[in-house]
Amino acid sequence: MSTEHVPTPGQTVGPFFGFGLPFARGNELVEPGTPGAVRLHGRVVDGAGEGIPDALIELWHAAPDGTIPDATGHLLRDGTFAGFGRAETDRTGGFWFRTLEPGPTEPGAAPFIAVAVFARGLLDRLFTRAYLPGEAAETDPFLARLDPERRDTLVAVREDDGSLRFDIRLQGEGETVFLEFDA
Amino acid sequence: MGERAMTPELEPQERLSAEIAELHAAYDAARAAGAPAETRPRLDFGPYRSSLLRHPTKDPVHADPETIELFSPVFGERDISPLEADLTIQRRGEPIGERIVVRGRVIDGDGRPVRRQLVEVWQANAGGRYIHKRDQHPAPLDPNFTGVGRTLTDDDGWYEFVTIKPGPYPWRNHYNAWRPAHIHFSLFGSEFTQRIVTQMYFPGDPLFPLDPIYQSIVDPAARARLVAEYDHGITRHEWATGYRWDIVLSGTRRTVFEHDLAEEHDDEH
Repeated sequence: MSTEHVPTPGQTVGPFFGFGLPFARGNELVEPGTPGAVRLHGRVVDGAGEGIPDALIELWHAAPDGTIPDATGHLLRDGTFAGFGRAETDRTGGFWFRTLEPGPTEPGAAPFIAVAVFARGLLDRLFTRAYLPGEAAETDPFLARLDPERRDTLVAVREDDGSLRFDIRLQGEGETVFLEFDA
Repeated sequence: MGERAMTPELEPQERLSAEIAELHAAYDAARAAGAPAETRPRLDFGPYRSSLLRHPTKDPVHADPETIELFSPVFGERDISPLEADLTIQRRGEPIGERIVVRGRVIDGDGRPVRRQLVEVWQANAGGRYIHKRDQHPAPLDPNFTGVGRTLTDDDGWYEFVTIKPGPYPWRNHYNAWRPAHIHFSLFGSEFTQRIVTQMYFPGDPLFPLDPIYQSIVDPAARARLVAEYDHGITRHEWATGYRWDIVLSGTRRTVFEHDLAEEHDDEH
């Protein structure tokens, strides 16, 4: 006797989430100076190439050893690495996080950061992935299914300073690949 | 005054309403011809003008959730204070407006309770004003109301907030555009693929048919899922009126562990 429960629809995060969702140092998953800390940064842009100043990005990812964080304290930023981060975009659509690079969760799996995107004007959240650049991304079976051109939208770019750049384009040229999971 | 009086460039409600009616009629026709029900808002919904350049034009790529996506961030008792669930006690005095209790259950698509997960809310005050620097609506700010709350669901998936009924407010989508009163909700499930942000509305709001954001859910039954129900059992004597709003997240792909099953069995008692 299984009853089917139909999911509640999503709605836009609206323009004023800025006082509801962001929390202190939500974009800092680790303290400055933590060994292995990396800056992950990018811009959220619309179909005209303009930065979106009222978007919110969430990250959720494994620890460097590939384990899934299970400690509480995601909102506290008390030095516990909890694998979750949240940042609102600035006036130019820019965001940044300080975090640790995730390791593969299974032998040979390409490490990635799960990303959720919210914005005013976006009626439901979008999911995507930021894969770490490198050999594993070259051979990953999921990425291999995509056109090479679209595939690149899911792989972060290593900048000269060692940081990772991951831009999110909601529409148009270079539109980011967004993911759909079975309900 | 001047700015509000001089906005002839904004489109009239009639034009927006006609576009909404056309999109809904096309959906009804497709349904009659056997198309499946749509349970989510349309990302590409023209009457919500802000969505024009902010919706992906390519279909999402189907993915099997991989390890990290099959788990959710873990929030615990130490992340939030139990006082954060009462939005009427965050400042020195009583906020102005109709005090309400909003209570409901968060379950997944299989009917399992979403346990001990974070529920976040934010909303306008009774005058329809947010505490936000970009909110220029000239309605009064309430010094005793921040409009932000957090709680964790209990072991059976229940959440409860005490707050003030928000007011409707104008926005610039078109001429004389007003949002129906609503409370924003942010939810996590037992896996990250269940993450959702949505809005709870109040029953009988006359602004429903006029609102492109609410109407972006073209299926009437799906739309109705965002409307809370007045519940006299939640209403408190000489204190607050009560609303019931249940939230269903998508199903989970997570393996059901033995201890989960044991807990579910306990729920039946």
